[in-house]
Amino acid sequence: MKELLMGNEAIAVGAMAAGVRVVSGYPGTPSTEVLETVAKRNNGSVYVEWSVNEKAAMEVAAGAAYAGARAMVTMKQVGLNACSDPLMCVNYVGVKGGLVVLVADDPGPISSQTEQDTRHFGRYARIPVFDPTTPEQAYQMVQDAFELSEQLGTPVILRPTTRICHSCASIDAADSVKSEEAGGHFEKDPRWVIFPKLSYMAKRKLFSRESELSKQLSYYGGNTLTGSGRLGIACGGVSAAYAKDVLKELNADPRVLTVATPYPFPDDPAIDLLKNADRVLCLEELDPVIEDALIHICGREKIKTEILGKRTGHTITAGENSHEILRRQIGEFLGIKVPEAAKQDENAPELAVRPPILCAGCPHRASFYAVKQAMRGKKAVFSGDIGCYTLGNAAPLNTTDTCLCMGAGFTVPQGLERAGDDAIHIGFVGDSTFFHSGITGIINAVYNRTDMIAVVLDNSTTAMTGHQPHPGIGKTMMGDVSRKISIEKVLNALEVTSVRVVDPLDLAAAVEAVKQAAEEKGVRCIVFRSPCIAIVKPAKKMAVKDDCRKCQKCIRELGCPALSLENGRAVIEPSLCTGCGLCAQVCPFDMITEGGVQ
Amino acid sequence: MMNCLLCGVGGQGTVLASRVIAQAAMEQGLFARTAETIGMAQRGGCVVSHVRIGDTASPLIPQGCADILIAFEPGEAVRCLPYLKDDGVVVVNKKAVQPVSGSLTGKRLDGDEMINYLKAKVKKVIVVDGDAICGQCGSPKVLNTALLGAAAGSGVFDMTPGQIKKVLLDRLPQKVHQMNINALELGEKCIETEGMTEK
Repeated sequence: MKELLMGNEAIAVGAMAAGVRVVSGYPGTPSTEVLETVAKRNNGSVYVEWSVNEKAAMEVAAGAAYAGARAMVTMKQVGLNACSDPLMCVNYVGVKGGLVVLVADDPGPISSQTEQDTRHFGRYARIPVFDPTTPEQAYQMVQDAFELSEQLGTPVILRPTTRICHSCASIDAADSVKSEEAGGHFEKDPRWVIFPKLSYMAKRKLFSRESELSKQLSYYGGNTLTGSGRLGIACGGVSAAYAKDVLKELNADPRVLTVATPYPFPDDPAIDLLKNADRVLCLEELDPVIEDALIHICGREKIKTEILGKRTGHTITAGENSHEILRRQIGEFLGIKVPEAAKQDENAPELAVRPPILCAGCPHRASFYAVKQAMRGKKAVFSGDIGCYTLGNAAPLNTTDTCLCMGAGFTVPQGLERAGDDAIHIGFVGDSTFFHSGITGIINAVYNRTDMIAVVLDNSTTAMTGHQPHPGIGKTMMGDVSRKISIEKVLNALEVTSVRVVDPLDLAAAVEAVKQAAEEKGVRCIVFRSPCIAIVKPAKKMAVKDDCRKCQKCIRELGCPALSLENGRAVIEPSLCTGCGLCAQVCPFDMITEGGVQ
Repeated sequence: MMNCLLCGVGGQGTVLASRVIAQAAMEQGLFARTAETIGMAQRGGCVVSHVRIGDTASPLIPQGCADILIAFEPGEAVRCLPYLKDDGVVVVNKKAVQPVSGSLTGKRLDGDEMINYLKAKVKKVIVVDGDAICGQCGSPKVLNTALLGAAAGSGVFDMTPGQIKKVLLDRLPQKVHQMNINALELGEKCIETEGMTEK
């Protein structure tokens, strides 16, 4: 039956059709819905877990594949860095059951710290990479990836990008989960223990299989060469879809090489293209991977074709591609005049700037505000981390001075302090991030006797990626009730100086907790605990009294999207207000009160 | 080929609306694609959903190719206008969503100014008083349904309001069916009450 499936859903359904038995991962936009869809459609035959971080997820999946089960691990591109240690070893060790490493890349970047091209990782680890152009192709590719993984006894990467992950298409998908013998069996064998001798042998094999695999993949259905003439286009991923639509629009039919397996590169059709074209334009997002592969082939095969792309300034080196961008590039390349991309009308009314912001009623706003109030008049540096609370960097809160990567909210301040900066160093980490990689930072600080305040912003969910459970919640992805791991008990067990658990929406208590912690030495921890507004129903709403004194303090200091100015006085938008009451505590004239129960 | 662009501010329900349109097209045997904004940008930022019905490889609507623009917020309609075809239709919610940046600088976004601009630029504009419809239906969550109703009534889609209704109700829990049916019908009526501006 045809179904409207998002790319991530299609990958999940494809994996289940391929008989996947174990799926692990860590949430990260744009990859999250893959694992969630497996969990949602699970008939009980697939084990699925949100792991504590990507490294744990990769190792769980590797173990399952050692035992002969088909396994998949899911993450976003920066998550792959957190698990590159196991990946760069499991490529040497190999697998018995198919192991698909699903890594979603984020050109733009739209929802990530960096643009990062996972295709490099495939080449670096010498494991095959599949790169889909559409959701329907991703559905087929995940199944091909499992087949190839088992055939070679090696992990295989499937690398969709945001526009594949988060776009839907009508897909004729199997509605059943492939049922096989569930019980995996681990056979003891020296091959599962990585040792220098084994690695030496494995490295030689990884290297020598490259050309053989390139031959095999040259005839993979997704790697195609079409068209005619002395001009060629080489493309992959969603750029191949844009190119196809643009060529149809321009009624042009140059040679087009579509690369579905950027590693190992499909050399045969590429050589065919290069020998028959004088110039080739490379269209791809992120890094010049296809472009470099073609330049390499030209050198090796002594072909004099000119390769145009990012390295020659013909295409963009950062950000997403689009129909308009490719139309301009292809038009110029083929010598076809194309219409200019439309510009915003100069006479249009001025448009609002809408950067992403913390939701109305978000407890993080209260936490940041309390810390800021407590540090007023003092020198303090705020180190943030990855999650909704990164948005604490925006005005008027301005409480994120550094943000690097998962877990760094607790470790960067340690370096700032060691460098001799005499400010009070305060690190912020969310609850899911605490379990992901925050705990090691606390241990590091306690062990090395660093002075800092470590704040855990506990909103009882993994909010930014869409509310996934984590070890502090007491629920697993299989729907089972699990032991809730208490953040404060973990902190106490790590022998920190002090642990205070406070509701940040109680402003006076929250400010007091920060002030007290600032007076102490060593690692002082504060857990600000209040649930994400998206997981609880608001009990009340606030309203501004008619005689608002128009001081605008609530607006200037909180930046809550439910608050706005109307003729100089503050007004609260009832459809957005969650009744958190922070504004009422900030108002110096008691002009904000409960405005009725919902 | 039919292209429909939906735009608004994160949290307004554009994703459900785009899925409903795509699903309704599929149920008539057509091929459909969508592309949505999910993630960081959702937190109060501008969101855009593309729905493409027919033979296309890529999920994003090229500029100047949208047959209809369904705007959940009038300022976002103006922002997305370069996507609209010359003879395209705009369905727009009346109420502006005030940006936090505006509150900090004291600038207020004027919804009427945006709508007047749209009316001057676009042949067919259907204004939907989303607040009034949500009030009548008893929930702020039916804004997307009301806009779908107006879009279905505009005649741009090759499908009837009834076909949209069926798909919508399939996706919603029973207890909110009646309020969504009401919102859909009130949305459809906007063409008569608010009038379709035609030059």
